[in-house]
Amino acid sequence: MKLLEVKNLKTYFNISSGQVKAVDDVSFDLDYGESLGLVGESGCGKTTSALSIVQLLPKEGKIYGGEILLEGVNLAELNDGEMQKYRWNDISLVFQGAMNALNPVMRIGDQIAEAIVLHQKVSMKEALIKAGDILELVEMPRDRLMNYPHEFSGGMKQRVMIAMALACDPKIIIGDEPTTALDVMVQAQILNLIEKLRKEFNMGFILITHDLSILTETCDKIAIMYAGKIVEIAESEELFKKPVHPYTNKLIGCFPDMNGERKLKEGIEGAPPNMLELPSGCLFAPRCEFASDICHQSMPETVEVGPNHYVACHKWEEMINGQ
Amino acid sequence: MDNNIIEVKNLKVYFKLKNIFGKKKNLVVKAVDGVSFEIKEGEILSLVGESGSGKTTTGKALLQLVNCEFDVLKFQGKEMDLTKKGLNSFRQKAQMIYQDPYQSLNPRQQIIDIVTEPLEVNKLISSEEERLKRAKEALEQAGLKPGEDYFFRYPYELSGGQRQRVVIASSMIMSPKFIVADEPVSMLDASIRTGILKLMIELKEKNNLAYLFITHDLSLAWLISDRIAIMYLGKIMEIGEANIIINEGVHPYTKALIRVMPKAGVKRDGLRDVLEGEVPNPTSINSGCKFCNRCPLATEICFEQEPEMKRIGKNHYAACHKLEENSEE
Repeated sequence: MKLLEVKNLKTYFNISSGQVKAVDDVSFDLDYGESLGLVGESGCGKTTSALSIVQLLPKEGKIYGGEILLEGVNLAELNDGEMQKYRWNDISLVFQGAMNALNPVMRIGDQIAEAIVLHQKVSMKEALIKAGDILELVEMPRDRLMNYPHEFSGGMKQRVMIAMALACDPKIIIGDEPTTALDVMVQAQILNLIEKLRKEFNMGFILITHDLSILTETCDKIAIMYAGKIVEIAESEELFKKPVHPYTNKLIGCFPDMNGERKLKEGIEGAPPNMLELPSGCLFAPRCEFASDICHQSMPETVEVGPNHYVACHKWEEMINGQ
Repeated sequence: MDNNIIEVKNLKVYFKLKNIFGKKKNLVVKAVDGVSFEIKEGEILSLVGESGSGKTTTGKALLQLVNCEFDVLKFQGKEMDLTKKGLNSFRQKAQMIYQDPYQSLNPRQQIIDIVTEPLEVNKLISSEEERLKRAKEALEQAGLKPGEDYFFRYPYELSGGQRQRVVIASSMIMSPKFIVADEPVSMLDASIRTGILKLMIELKEKNNLAYLFITHDLSLAWLISDRIAIMYLGKIMEIGEANIIINEGVHPYTKALIRVMPKAGVKRDGLRDVLEGEVPNPTSINSGCKFCNRCPLATEICFEQEPEMKRIGKNHYAACHKLEENSEE
C-alpha cells in the first residue's frame, strides 16, 4: 500500500462571480520516504491541492470528488473532528511565510508544545521536553525554547516551523514554498535539513514551489500543474531530460541552464487562463504553438508515455518523436 | 577607456540607528562600506548578494536617493553635479525600476498619468496631443499593445507582468542612459519573467542603455549580465566577467554561493555543501575581513586586517587574503 494516494481530486471554489475549478481531476501518489515536487505558476492550484489533503480549505472551497487515501483511509470522507486526528499526527504542513506563521507574543517552546498537547495525550511538561528534543533535531539549541519569534532570524523561524511540523512524528510533511522568502544560503541549509530528516524518519515529503530549479535536487518525482490540472508527472531527472508536454518544455526553458549557452530562451506567450472562463479543450492550447483543432475541442487524457511518466497532451507522440 | 556611464570610488552609506530608549550609544550600520566600480555604456553589471548585503542601498546611492559619501562619483565622464539643478538633469538620464510592481504603482493613478508623470514633472510636453502620443509610444515599446487600450486603466486591472511593463514604460519615457533595476523580476512567475528580461535587453540594445541589475539570483545574473559583482555586508568581495565569476570564481564566498546554487535538471549526490550560520548583525562587524566568521579558510590575518582588492585577471578582482592558497586547492 502506498503512503498517500490522491485519486481524481476535485476542489472547487464557489465565489460570487462563479465557480473556480482550482483543482480539477488531480491524481498522484507518494511512497514512504519519497519526495514529490508540485510545481506551477501562481494560481495553478498547487497550494489548494495541499490544503485539500489536510482539509484546511477556506470556506468557499469544497472537495467535490475524488479520494485522498492515507494508508488506505479516505480523508476526503471524514468530517472535521475525525480529520483532526490525522492532521499533524500523520500529515503536517510547513507554510511559506514563517515570519508571519508564528504567534509573536508566545514563546516558541509553548507554541511547539501546544501543537503536541493538542494532538497527543501528554501533559504540557512532557510536551515541552519533547519540544526541546525536536528543536535539537532541527539543529537549534534547546534553551531557545524560551525565546520569542522576534529574537530569531528568518531562517531560524523557518527551522522552528519545521520543528513544529515534526512535533507529532508525522508520516508526511507538506512544504508550501518553505524556502521562498529566504536567501540562497539559508535556503540550502533548510533544504538540507528537510532532506536529512526525511531520510532519517522515512517520511513522505511534498514540496510545493514555483521554482523548478530546486526540485531536481530535492525531489524524486515532479508533477507539473497548469490551471488546476497535472499536465505531466515523471521522475525528476527523466522530466528534465525528456520533457513531453509543451508546457513542461517551456517552463524548463524559463530557468537558466548553467551548463548550456548563456542565452535567454523563449518565454511563454500569453497568460494562464481566467479560471472563471476556462477554454474548451486543453487548457494550455491557447498558449501552445503545437495546438491543432483537436486541442481546442477536447480535453486530453492522461497517458503513460514511459515508466512512471504520465502526460496529458494530445500531441504526445509527436512531441516524443520530434525530439 | 572613457566610455564609462557611471564610475564610483569608495562609496559609503552609513545609517545611524537611534536607540529608542536613548541609553546605549548610537549604533551605526555600515550598509555600504567602500564600494568601487564602473559601468560602461551599454553594459549590464549585476550586483549579487544575500539580503542585507547592501545591494539596493548601493543602487539608491548611485542615484543620490540616500545620503552617501564617496571619493569619486562620475556620470558620463564628468563629476556629478550635486546641486538641485544638476541632480534634476542627472535624474532624467538615470532611472530606477523597483522590485514590486504591486507597490511601486500608485493605485489611484491611471496608467497614462503614471507613464507620463516624468514628462510633466520636467515640463517636457506642451500639449495633450503630445502627451497621448508619447504615452502610446512608451507603452508599445514596453510591449503593451495597442497602447491606447491601457491609458485609462488602473493598476489593479493589470497582471503582475503588465504592471512591471508599465513601470518599465514610465522609466524609459525619458530615454535614460542608465538604469538601476532592483530585482525587477523576482516577484514574477517564471513564464512571465523571461518576457520582461527580454524586453529589458531589447531596450538596452536599442538605446545603448547601461543597467545596474540587482538580484539575489546568481544564475539569473549569469544569464543576462556582462559582469557580476558579489557583495557581502556592504563590500564587494569579487567582481569580474559573468562567465569567469561562475566558472573560475576565486573568493571563498563566491565559491560557497555557487556550490549551493540549485541547478535545474541535475541530481545532487548527498547534501548541499552549505556555509554554517547566517549573515551577522551589521551593527557588530569585526575589524578584519567581513566574511571571516563564516569563511572555511580564515586565519588570524583575516580577523585583523581587511583585505585589499587584488587583480586576478582581466577585469577580475577579488578581496581575500587567502587567494594563493585558495587557488591551489
